[in-house]
Amino acid sequence: MAGAIVPAIRIQHEDFDVAAEIAGLTKGRADIGAVVTFSGLCRDEQGALSALELEHYPGMAEAEIGRIAAEAVARWPLQGLTVIHRHGKIAPGENIVLVVAASAHRQAAFEAANFLMDYLKSRAPFWKKEHRADGTQGGWVEAKEADDHAADRWTKPRE
Amino acid sequence: MSTKLIYFAWVRERIGKPEEHVELPAGIETVADLLRWLKSRGEEYENALQYPDVIRVAINQEHVGHREKIAGAREIALFPPMTGG
Repeated sequence: MAGAIVPAIRIQHEDFDVAAEIAGLTKGRADIGAVVTFSGLCRDEQGALSALELEHYPGMAEAEIGRIAAEAVARWPLQGLTVIHRHGKIAPGENIVLVVAASAHRQAAFEAANFLMDYLKSRAPFWKKEHRADGTQGGWVEAKEADDHAADRWTKPRE
Repeated sequence: MSTKLIYFAWVRERIGKPEEHVELPAGIETVADLLRWLKSRGEEYENALQYPDVIRVAINQEHVGHREKIAGAREIALFPPMTGG
């Protein structure tokens, strides 16, 4: 196989521009047939949330997402991969995470993006704390068992 | 040898500090040993590590299980299950 691509991984407080990130992967190339993007947003279900505060483990966040991205590059024939995860205070409606996977065909791009998100949820060292609209401090968001199961399904066929 | 311990999210809040350097006593060989020893260091540690099974651990910024040996670890992080994404 031709040289494997090097994923672009960014951990930042600043927002990102989805269109610009797609263009960054596809500009000047004609060999990409499919780009799948996933954006995760800060959601407020009952008007009770003023913000989510994302704590992260600097250094390990980049390293762990790098390991997950390298696994995706090894498993699917990707021609580009960008992962951005924000940290700090994020208001409802704002972006939190972005995965952009580019490939010759759609299936690899869909699967790689799906895999990335399942692993990010359960292995990337980020923790969400709620800030409530009424000014009281909310709690730490609890991890969902369903997210662990979602990640597990990618390992089963290989065992 | 001094080992750097780092805490995140509610583990950090309950222990009351983001990090510290500790001298591990002899006989602390695995992650599980470390958690048991830390838990005995005071009420704040007892609160944070009440249910050791839920605590996730990284050695030198890589996830490890509780049976992992900690010899040679420069940096050991303790944190709750992750909720990013």
